[in-house]
Amino acid sequence: MREGLDQWDFVIAAYAVTVIGTLLLVVWSWLAMRAAEKRREDARKK
Amino acid sequence: MHGFANPARFLRIARWLTPVLVLSGLALSTAAVAWGLTNVPPDRLMGETVRILFIHVPSAWLGMGGWTTIAIASLVELVWRHPLAGIAARAAAVPGAAFTAICLATGSIWGRPTWGTWWVWDGRLTSMLVLLFLYFAYIALSGAVSREGAPSRIPAIFGLVGAVNVPIINRSVVWWNSLHQPPSLTMGKSAIDPVFLWPLLAATIGFSLLFGGVILMRMRALLADIQAEARLRRKALGAA
Repeated sequence: MREGLDQWDFVIAAYAVTVIGTLLLVVWSWLAMRAAEKRREDARKK
Repeated sequence: MHGFANPARFLRIARWLTPVLVLSGLALSTAAVAWGLTNVPPDRLMGETVRILFIHVPSAWLGMGGWTTIAIASLVELVWRHPLAGIAARAAAVPGAAFTAICLATGSIWGRPTWGTWWVWDGRLTSMLVLLFLYFAYIALSGAVSREGAPSRIPAIFGLVGAVNVPIINRSVVWWNSLHQPPSLTMGKSAIDPVFLWPLLAATIGFSLLFGGVILMRMRALLADIQAEARLRRKALGAA
């Protein structure tokens, strides 16, 4: 360990990047899928 | 394989498979992450930072796996004109880029306390950064082609050419001197103690299931957009 930094700070930062990035990807993909499938249903009804 | 080329059949399978993959992926990756954070002892050399490997290694695997998916789907699109192959390739690009970026970020965060630096221009790190730029180029290219409306083979050819980088990433730590450690997991062999290996495997399977679920969701979105646009175009032509 260098500069007296706590190793746990790095561990928490890495996990935060991964959890936030993965959840954003899942939620964005789900919302995009729902919106696109709604557009398709709307186009069928028109 | 051509049986799955039918979009209606694909949708029938994808509708039940998507929640199965996403929910099982979320459950397994959450359990593996919790296991890695709480039930694994610090490593003799790396200390507590060994826990970063439980998220760094799966994201590296998925970054390379994403481009391998693009390359295989591109080959199927070019050779067999499989109607869903181009959609599968496009759907894999954003999640592949996201996990490549996560791999680079977590590797950099791991490198600072372990190597004493955030970044070095060695073979593994540089080839992984090249992979991220290839993803950006593929996303821009396939987006531009789909806006034009005409079918094009250019993204598929780019996907195949870019696959050259995947074995370079894999062999980079063998071919060149590197701060990055050599492969710890090879076919049938492991240099990792089981106490670290099992949570690593669980995290890799969990994130892979999630990755598959995200690709299915993005394929469904792309397919729905194409079907909606085709239907509106047919109606406009019928009304004219």
